[in-house]
Amino acid sequence: MTPDPYVFIIIFIGVALVFPLIPLALAWLWRRVFQPPKPGAEKNATYECGVESIGEAQIQFRSQYYLYAIIFLIFDVEAIFLVPFAVAFTGLPVGAFIAILVFLLLLIEGLVWAWGKGCLSWAAR
Amino acid sequence: MSEIDEGLRAELQRQGVWVTSMQELYNWGRKNSIWPLQFGLACCAIEMIATAASRYDIARFGGEVFRPSPRQADLMIVAGTVTKKMAPQIVRLYNQMPDPKYVISMGACAISGGPFKQGYNVLKGIDRYIPVDVYIPGCPPRPEALLHAFMELQRKIDGQKLTGATKAEHLTAAQPSEFPVPAFGEHDLEPPANPNVFQPPKVERQG
Repeated sequence: MTPDPYVFIIIFIGVALVFPLIPLALAWLWRRVFQPPKPGAEKNATYECGVESIGEAQIQFRSQYYLYAIIFLIFDVEAIFLVPFAVAFTGLPVGAFIAILVFLLLLIEGLVWAWGKGCLSWAAR
Repeated sequence: MSEIDEGLRAELQRQGVWVTSMQELYNWGRKNSIWPLQFGLACCAIEMIATAASRYDIARFGGEVFRPSPRQADLMIVAGTVTKKMAPQIVRLYNQMPDPKYVISMGACAISGGPFKQGYNVLKGIDRYIPVDVYIPGCPPRPEALLHAFMELQRKIDGQKLTGATKAEHLTAAQPSEFPVPAFGEHDLEPPANPNVFQPPKVERQG
């Protein structure tokens, strides 16, 4: 008689449960019989390379950082486009030169706009 | 847990029967898997790295698993000059290691301050704050010396008792598992030494 194929899954689940439980039970027993637990404030403290941790881990970043990240993007994108432009500069036609100037002007305009809006001054709001 | 009669054990071994006690099994397992804390302070750390690398190969003794977290480490190798700036961190790291934990004081600096003993900013030995199991002299000690210290530590672990009045410290509830972390004082660390750990030899001077 062949056993039901699902029997193996049940055996599998049983083994999977018992296998990790045995060491856990042994550790629990060991703690009970031989090794008394010695928790402490220092021992249970957050590990930070030996330095005392300061403050909470869940802090809020000010949304002002977001503006800076956006403005940083201007320079970031600019640099990416400027490098190939500079490399191929001698072989470029006048049209391409004007195109990149327009591109730069657009970005600078954005920066000036942000500056005028007061995004660059760090004010405690 | 009782001691096994050596004659009986040899007799059984000849018949192909191996007997052991819980204590021996426990210590055998512990002494062959001492995981050191990955932690170097100065030039001794270079020798420690050499010990861990293939030429000297601390893996032969089961100590190759240098752990980057004290939570998984059994052994702290204080390898190098302990500045007073660094001492509180070392004590805190030691405190955060789970029991049983051991300390090897590697090199002249970690033992006593070494060549910098007269320096204003060097701790005169890590044993002022935490209990040290094995000291290795040398400046720096050769990797063989560290291996020797490792073997000495293994010997110590092998001899630790599981029960009775002379059982190992980490099995005794009264034995502390963490030691006070010194604070930065005006001129020195406060306190300059932990009197429960550090008893310097008294120098008797004659008139």
